[in-house]
Amino acid sequence: MTDVENSDVMIELEDLTKMYPGQPVPAVDHVNMRIPRGEIVVLVGPSGCGKTTTMKMVNRLIEPTSGRIVLDGEDVTKVNANQLRRRIGYVIQQIGLFPHQTIKQNIATVPKVLGWDKDRIDHRVDELLRTVGMDPEEFRDRYPKELSGGQRQRVGVARAMSVDPDVMLMDEPFGAIDPITRERLQNEFLRVQAEIRKTIIFVTHDIDEAIKMGDRIAILQEQSHIAQFAPPEEILTAPANDFVADFIGSGASLKRLNLTRIRDIQLHADAPVVDVNDDITTARQRLRDSDWTALLVVDAERRPQRWLRPTDLKRPSADLHQGGLPVDATVEPQATLADALNEMIISNAGCVVVTDGRGAYQGVADIDTIMASIRAMRAQVDEYYRAAKLLDIEGEVAV
Amino acid sequence: MGFLEYLAQNYDALLVQSFEHIQLVVVSVVAAIIVGVPLGIVAHRSELLRSAILNTTSTFLTVPSLAFFALLIPLVGIGNTAPILALFCYALLPIVRNTVSGLRQVDPAIVESAKGMGIGSFGRLRGIELPLAWPVILTGVRVSTLLNIGIAAIAVLVGGGGLGQEIFRGIRSLGSPFAPNLVFGGTLFIIGIALVFDLFYLLLGRLTTTRGIR
Repeated sequence: MTDVENSDVMIELEDLTKMYPGQPVPAVDHVNMRIPRGEIVVLVGPSGCGKTTTMKMVNRLIEPTSGRIVLDGEDVTKVNANQLRRRIGYVIQQIGLFPHQTIKQNIATVPKVLGWDKDRIDHRVDELLRTVGMDPEEFRDRYPKELSGGQRQRVGVARAMSVDPDVMLMDEPFGAIDPITRERLQNEFLRVQAEIRKTIIFVTHDIDEAIKMGDRIAILQEQSHIAQFAPPEEILTAPANDFVADFIGSGASLKRLNLTRIRDIQLHADAPVVDVNDDITTARQRLRDSDWTALLVVDAERRPQRWLRPTDLKRPSADLHQGGLPVDATVEPQATLADALNEMIISNAGCVVVTDGRGAYQGVADIDTIMASIRAMRAQVDEYYRAAKLLDIEGEVAV
Repeated sequence: MGFLEYLAQNYDALLVQSFEHIQLVVVSVVAAIIVGVPLGIVAHRSELLRSAILNTTSTFLTVPSLAFFALLIPLVGIGNTAPILALFCYALLPIVRNTVSGLRQVDPAIVESAKGMGIGSFGRLRGIELPLAWPVILTGVRVSTLLNIGIAAIAVLVGGGGLGQEIFRGIRSLGSPFAPNLVFGGTLFIIGIALVFDLFYLLLGRLTTTRGIR
């Protein structure tokens, strides 16, 4: 159970239970949960814990044995299931686009059932394709097999949003997609969600995805018993019991890197920077005046170009237009610390250059910057435990 | 008399017989589609009835065609009715079986996503499952048609029409110099009909499936 205010509740599950005939224990046992309007609630747990069953009872793809589902104040446990499902967006891992229909026909499925006129459907399809970042001209008349996996997933999300449902159910929606595309789709979806503010139940088995996507996370044990239902920060800093702690795993601090964004931490703003068109003596002077071991060259739009070390500048033929190390590792302010660390490791640079949306230089983050924020987070955790009197004098967590 | 001379002289009669032949096939196959596709849908949806339906329709195919035709005579008498009934029974199995396997190969995720969008059972069948199973069903119809084009030649033995008349005229006059012409003539036209139907199904398949599932 949670402390969610009654007035904000969009979905309420009351003693929801699913019993399959011939099985000794229920698959889902008396789940009680209140899901606040406009939030993403992630159901996460080991396979077989009943998280998908729980989610599918909300749109009654699986009929509950007992209990109630209340949607926006209305008991929907017994209403017409098809009409209920048309009010709830549904996205599954395999996406399930209709292969014999064009993208437009796929997205128009529910609007057509509801009898929208052609103009309204056309308008809505184009609008949705733009929302998920696809050009309507290029894509609306294509067939699913003519799209990449990531594009199909976007269409799946657009289709689920076709009649602007208040509630969406997403069952491992990014599970079958390669890691790089998945990362991008997750970020895109969070951007879209920031505008549309749907109430979303999101099922995954991946705790990292849960931490990234969830406003709240419900960690489920077998039979869908809720081990903890709380915002990700709380789950990471104060796991409710051993099951949760085990499920998060040993890398809780690492996972916290997914919670903090680059824009929230203190960047190095004192890196020596020269414009590529400045002369070489200015550059040498600027590097000498700083305590840095390399100098960042930016172009006329302040986009980072290359790092030059003292040896690169010392040569008589030294030129700001060439040589040095190209800047590979750049991140935008909304990237997480995990993204930044990842960039550092991939590019071998030891630091990342932070750029704004147009690619202009904003600052530099290095391992020390990130370590400092991890230390700060640890201090907060210690504070939490101390407040809870769980920490003894040596700083060890007492059991 | 050479074969070409024979063809030139008997062209009209062969065309009339071809028309009768096509009639036997079309009537029996259309009836088999009307009965077979719904049977296939039932067999797909009901675990209980599936084996009953598939076993019955495949038993039909094991009955020798000559015997089958003869067995029907006491019931419906001499003429085209007995062969049409028998051909209908033969045509059922490929259509029923392909309807079942066409529906079964539809990705369950596609059906589930349709269900999750609130598309009812009938809507899913009409809008999603049958269109996706259609190429396989059409193949079943094509097999039935080709099968019946061959078997229909025996209809003549129970008083039916078709190109069997020409072939059996040849068989009855075996030993005479005309006999091979008659048999070849009938066979040639049967092959011709089969080729025309094959082409027809190829075009029909092209016209009735979207680029998305080709």
